[in-house]
Amino acid sequence: MGPSGDTIPANREHEFGEIPGSATGRGIAPITALGGRAPVNLDLSGHKSRGMQERIVGVLLWICGALSLLTTAGIIFVLFQQAFVFFQQIPITDFLFGTTWTALFKTPLYGVLPLVSGTLMITLIAMLVAIPLGLMSAIYLSEYAPNRAREILKPALELLAGIPTIVYGFFAVTFIRPDILVKIFPGIGPFSALSAGVAVGILTIPLVASLSEDSMRAVPRSLREGGYALGATKLEVSWQIVVPAAISGIIASFILAMSRAVGETMIVALAAGSKAQLTGNPLEPMQTMTGFIVQAFSGDMVVGTPPYLSLFAVGLLLFFITLALNLISQKVVGRFREAYE
Amino acid sequence: MSSPTMFGPRAAVLPRTAGSSNVNGRKTTAAIIQGILFVATAFAILVLAALIWDITSAGVTWLSLDLLTNTSSRRAENAGLRPALLGTLWLIGLTAVFAFPVGIGAAVYLEEYAPVNRWTRLLKTNISNLAGVPSVVYGLLGLGVFVSLFAAGRTIVSGALTMALLILPVIIIASQEAIRAVPPSLRQAAFALGATRWQVARDHVIPTAMPGILTGIILSISRAIGETAPLLVVGAAAYVTFNPTGLTSRYTVLPMQIYEWARRPQQDFQDLAAAAIIVLLALLLMLNAIAIYLRQRFSNRVNW
Repeated sequence: MGPSGDTIPANREHEFGEIPGSATGRGIAPITALGGRAPVNLDLSGHKSRGMQERIVGVLLWICGALSLLTTAGIIFVLFQQAFVFFQQIPITDFLFGTTWTALFKTPLYGVLPLVSGTLMITLIAMLVAIPLGLMSAIYLSEYAPNRAREILKPALELLAGIPTIVYGFFAVTFIRPDILVKIFPGIGPFSALSAGVAVGILTIPLVASLSEDSMRAVPRSLREGGYALGATKLEVSWQIVVPAAISGIIASFILAMSRAVGETMIVALAAGSKAQLTGNPLEPMQTMTGFIVQAFSGDMVVGTPPYLSLFAVGLLLFFITLALNLISQKVVGRFREAYE
Repeated sequence: MSSPTMFGPRAAVLPRTAGSSNVNGRKTTAAIIQGILFVATAFAILVLAALIWDITSAGVTWLSLDLLTNTSSRRAENAGLRPALLGTLWLIGLTAVFAFPVGIGAAVYLEEYAPVNRWTRLLKTNISNLAGVPSVVYGLLGLGVFVSLFAAGRTIVSGALTMALLILPVIIIASQEAIRAVPPSLRQAAFALGATRWQVARDHVIPTAMPGILTGIILSISRAIGETAPLLVVGAAAYVTFNPTGLTSRYTVLPMQIYEWARRPQQDFQDLAAAAIIVLLALLLMLNAIAIYLRQRFSNRVNW
């Protein structure tokens, strides 16, 4: 479309955009390098409104971008504000170090440790499931799988990742416990940290697998070929060359999976039970931080009462734990990234 | 695969196998491990199969037209999903209206407009952190801001606003990736012809990135449809026997109804929950099929 004259028909303008003036007529068209700012006030087209329109659009888009900051500010403000009111009634040390959580009982005690230990237990079980299976899947998909196997296995993992968590919760209660776990651990109750943890683990396998696979695929071919040239088997190349080279992405995927497990809610609400207790036995029912929030809202909640406010204190703790994990995973990626170029 | 040559398997870079010149043994180990790796990967398919079997065997006999058209009931044989289905449609439609323009706008801002400086870095870090915040925390945000502060109450509009904030990071990140994949030459050509920044974005970058943006959008919608926890917190009701009537109506949604049924001890309600899960999964499958179709259609249009 050579702008050789003022010959672009008006009805085709939408194809080319508004072409400001004609290049031949007025000499300079506003050429900008990509990184620079467009000279929005350089109006060569005679459309007086163009500069104004550009500026308005720019501001609107800026607002869209800034809204995400407002969301974060909103989360922090709401959680802090309500938690602050809560800590005026319940000393923060009682909250952090208390060993009994009976917030919804007649004589409430707000010691958060049982909820924290329940969360840790379920996260631990989930990681015992997700890390080996996820990492092995990643190694297989990245290093071994022939195309045909990939074409089936990758979508299966993606499907698994797309299933709503409430479905996993149902699956934990109606299949994982009665058909699998009861046969191995006859003492397991109807609700337990173990069945919830296994389901959360299955939920996070695709996360570990796909992130680890991405970082293993980014390892350059020459490294593998170097290994083969030295007589290494495929396993030795995978395990002793590719995995160490991709370790930053792999560890980051573990940490992200952990953060996901800590924040997982509906599986825990259905399968782990609602008994907040400080125990090391995974066959017992346990309550997590998220589980308590769900349980509280499944009943009646009076706004402003200590049980209501305690939700925000628990939410604040949850927010900080997941934020810390996410920040650590970002740091890990940055710190140990090997640059091959 | 290389067979050991005169340099032998005592490769100095492979300390853990150094000294094991037993080539056949190493190859056997490698083959066994390969088998184990395959089984571990196929475990995903096994789980999927078990899950589908578990749910269909419990729920398929409860699938009927009545299930879709009846309201919830205390008696399992009369219970249906109509309010939950309509609630999901209302909620998701409204969430889309709130989230899409803002999400795509933010992505366009970050990729096409934002200068490279600390402010932009802050925005990007913030968005990736928001994507990692547990959904139940978004529920608490919605409760504090929309339900209480804005006094919107436990209505569809509070639920949709909360959900919009929840899926915003997903939309932004997916759209950013799609926009980044648009070749710079396209932009340069348009700039060279004198297009303004917004004209370049509107007429060239966004249309070209559309397949990727659409995929991201549909994935985020799938996520929103299956999400339960934040809605539970901002007050989707557990027991609803009426259709939602408008923005300020009380409501329930599919996953909420599943949760409510799955919690009841009676076997009938457990099976009913399974039937509702089939409906939910069918809905999600349909959406994903649409995503694949759209991606195909749009990507055929652009030829480099």
